[in-house]
Amino acid sequence: MNATPTPLDFRPFGESTPRPGNPVKSIHVDPKGAQDSVYVRATDFSIFYGRAEAVCKVNIDIYAGLVTAIIGPSGCGKSTFLRSINRMNDLIPSCKTSGQLLFDGVDVYDRRLDVTVLRKKAGMVFQKPNPFPKSIFDNIAYGPRLHGVKSQAQLAEIVEQSLLQAALWDEVKDRLSANALGLSGGQQQRLCIARALAVNPDILLMDEPTSALDPNATSRIEELISELRGKYTIIIVTHNMQQAARVSDYTAFLYEGALIEYGETRQIFTNPTRKHTEDYITGRFG
Amino acid sequence: MRISTRKLLDRSFSSVGVISIALMGLILLVILVPIFRKGIGALVFEATVEHRRLILDNFDHGDDLELAAEIKSAREARQPVYEMVQAFESRQQAKIDSLRPDLETLAERDDSMGRLVARRLKRLGPDEDFLEQVETIQQLVPRLREYGDGDDAPKEIAAISSGITRITSQTLAFAELKEVLYDLLGPAPGEPMPQLTRKQYGQTRWEKARETIDHLFFIERWDYSGPGMGTLVREPRVEQFRETEIEPLFAYVEGHAEAMLQPRWTLYWGFLTDKPLDSHIFGGIYPELIGTIYLTLGAILFAVPIGIIAAIYFTEYAKAGRLISFLRACVSTLAGVPSIVFGMFGLAFFLNVWQLPKGVLAGSLTLALLILPVIIRASEEAIRSVPHTYREAALSLGAGRWRTIVTVILPAALPGILTGIVISMGRAAGETAPIIFTAAASVAAPLSLNPLQAWDQPTAALSWNIYNLCTEHEAADEIRHVQFGMVAVLITVVLALNLFAIILRARIAKKLKG
Repeated sequence: MNATPTPLDFRPFGESTPRPGNPVKSIHVDPKGAQDSVYVRATDFSIFYGRAEAVCKVNIDIYAGLVTAIIGPSGCGKSTFLRSINRMNDLIPSCKTSGQLLFDGVDVYDRRLDVTVLRKKAGMVFQKPNPFPKSIFDNIAYGPRLHGVKSQAQLAEIVEQSLLQAALWDEVKDRLSANALGLSGGQQQRLCIARALAVNPDILLMDEPTSALDPNATSRIEELISELRGKYTIIIVTHNMQQAARVSDYTAFLYEGALIEYGETRQIFTNPTRKHTEDYITGRFG
Repeated sequence: MRISTRKLLDRSFSSVGVISIALMGLILLVILVPIFRKGIGALVFEATVEHRRLILDNFDHGDDLELAAEIKSAREARQPVYEMVQAFESRQQAKIDSLRPDLETLAERDDSMGRLVARRLKRLGPDEDFLEQVETIQQLVPRLREYGDGDDAPKEIAAISSGITRITSQTLAFAELKEVLYDLLGPAPGEPMPQLTRKQYGQTRWEKARETIDHLFFIERWDYSGPGMGTLVREPRVEQFRETEIEPLFAYVEGHAEAMLQPRWTLYWGFLTDKPLDSHIFGGIYPELIGTIYLTLGAILFAVPIGIIAAIYFTEYAKAGRLISFLRACVSTLAGVPSIVFGMFGLAFFLNVWQLPKGVLAGSLTLALLILPVIIRASEEAIRSVPHTYREAALSLGAGRWRTIVTVILPAALPGILTGIVISMGRAAGETAPIIFTAAASVAAPLSLNPLQAWDQPTAALSWNIYNLCTEHEAADEIRHVQFGMVAVLITVVLALNLFAIILRARIAKKLKG
């Protein structure tokens, strides 16, 4: 990053450049040229649950505007790492970190950081679709309302834009006041993506977003990820290696808390440099 | 296990379940049906003309012209009774008067007897009340007998005393008859109006009137002459009045009771909206009803915010530790403390330390303490059962902890919290012990509907007055219908509250589920 922002230099909602996304990150990135726009940088970053080390000394640069997949067997710490980026791990009292994690140049674990601002910039999509038991409109409007948008017209605009971006608008535009739990699983997940987009984040953290969905809904989500690529920095944790190969530009392979290999997806899947990676992607273990 | 055995077991399990539910329903019916059957009698009953007169006089309900016509025809039907009584009285009066010359001769004697009779004579005469005259001369009898045993007794003494005895024996029976008639019909026309409301009217309820008529026809007494327990003997009262003017009265009352009292099926809504008269013998239970509503809502008002905040603290903020487990144990213990202890605490703390007046506020606060543990427990459970994913979603969108609780967790926990509130509402409405010292009064003016005027007033309440009317009322036997009416109303209030909350909860749950 060119400037060195102070830890609290987050723009409040509404002042940032209008959607879609920040123009700097909305360029169609040539993976090779993107090296200088690092969005998330971990330096010797470790996460502990009590004494157990869940992620150890990870060094990784995640590039702006690209889709980065994190793969690895169950329990390898990939979800833990993802959740540490927007500090969702704070919910677990025993969770501690060491090393440094920079988010848009800001130290995520700086004590002066307002975690709500961080989370506003880092939208998250969870493993199981988790819409609130409210109407579709209220689900999407929840975030903007939280960040101070009061005008009904503005909210309606945000809701429409977010649903359009999440490719859900056509399906729900006639029943925005219906309860979100009445939607199908795939629709619910796209609703959750729309809800995350509604607060105008820079980055989308997706924690196995399709693991609870059927193949049809999964491919809709994957299409959506491709559409969002370029507009948002996307980090997706997935069990499904075909999915990682299909949607991501970069892939990181985590094993037992350590980052084994990180590189362009094509290279990881065709020509991995490490034996472990090869074993995993060819299905010898995991 | 063989499939047939498994089927048999399945079937027997389900039949045990069905039987136990049916049993529970049956028990409920056995308890509730008689209460409601008797309680409904306070609202729906055959009211006599006396009842209509009473509520018109005291509460101004009813059509006064129609009632005037009714009263007129009832008077006409009663007139023969009064005439028979009158005729009997004047004949007895004539008998007393016939004794007068003899008594006057006796009064001329210059000894203690003469002076006594002279004094008594002043209280005899047509202006005096007939029954009082009888009493006056009756008291002479033992003295006369004593005097008659002496040596120089005049011959007329024996004649006088036997004459008096003849009069009095029948007159005592007549006095009893008059009392029963008074119970039935109220004061006779022209009689002075008594102070007590209960003496101003005859029987207002037809079933009570029929009991009174039975008393009129039969004298009941216990006969202990035989071996073992006494037996109840019913003697027709008419036997005492054979060949007097009263004799036809019984047949007349039997034939004309309905005309005299004009019973009619009535729905007396005033039972809920009128204030009681003459310590609940007449009138309604409005003060109790409004008092119970005030106390219950007051308790909820104080307990619910505190309870929910405490539950939020326990579930969302408190870190596991000794202090928290201790606090939790305290809450559980509080839930099991007998309610009278809360009542004593309310007296000691709210009245004596805080110097609150005995009234709605102090009572509500005491009840609030009583239901607080239930509300805390239910809210805690409800909040805990909100899926963790809701919390994560809200937090990931940048909501703070408090915003997450207010906008996501509490709405999702609302049905469970409501259940706790409903249970405790029923409890607060029914509790007696906590309000005895802090709010309850047996007789109190109905509370103002403005809480600012009502908060420091002691009040009647259904729970307390049910107890009070059943145990301490001077005529507890006479007002069973009021007692059962109150119980039925209390149960109905609690059931209605429950029903309301169940519907509310179902609607919210439906909204949450989509």
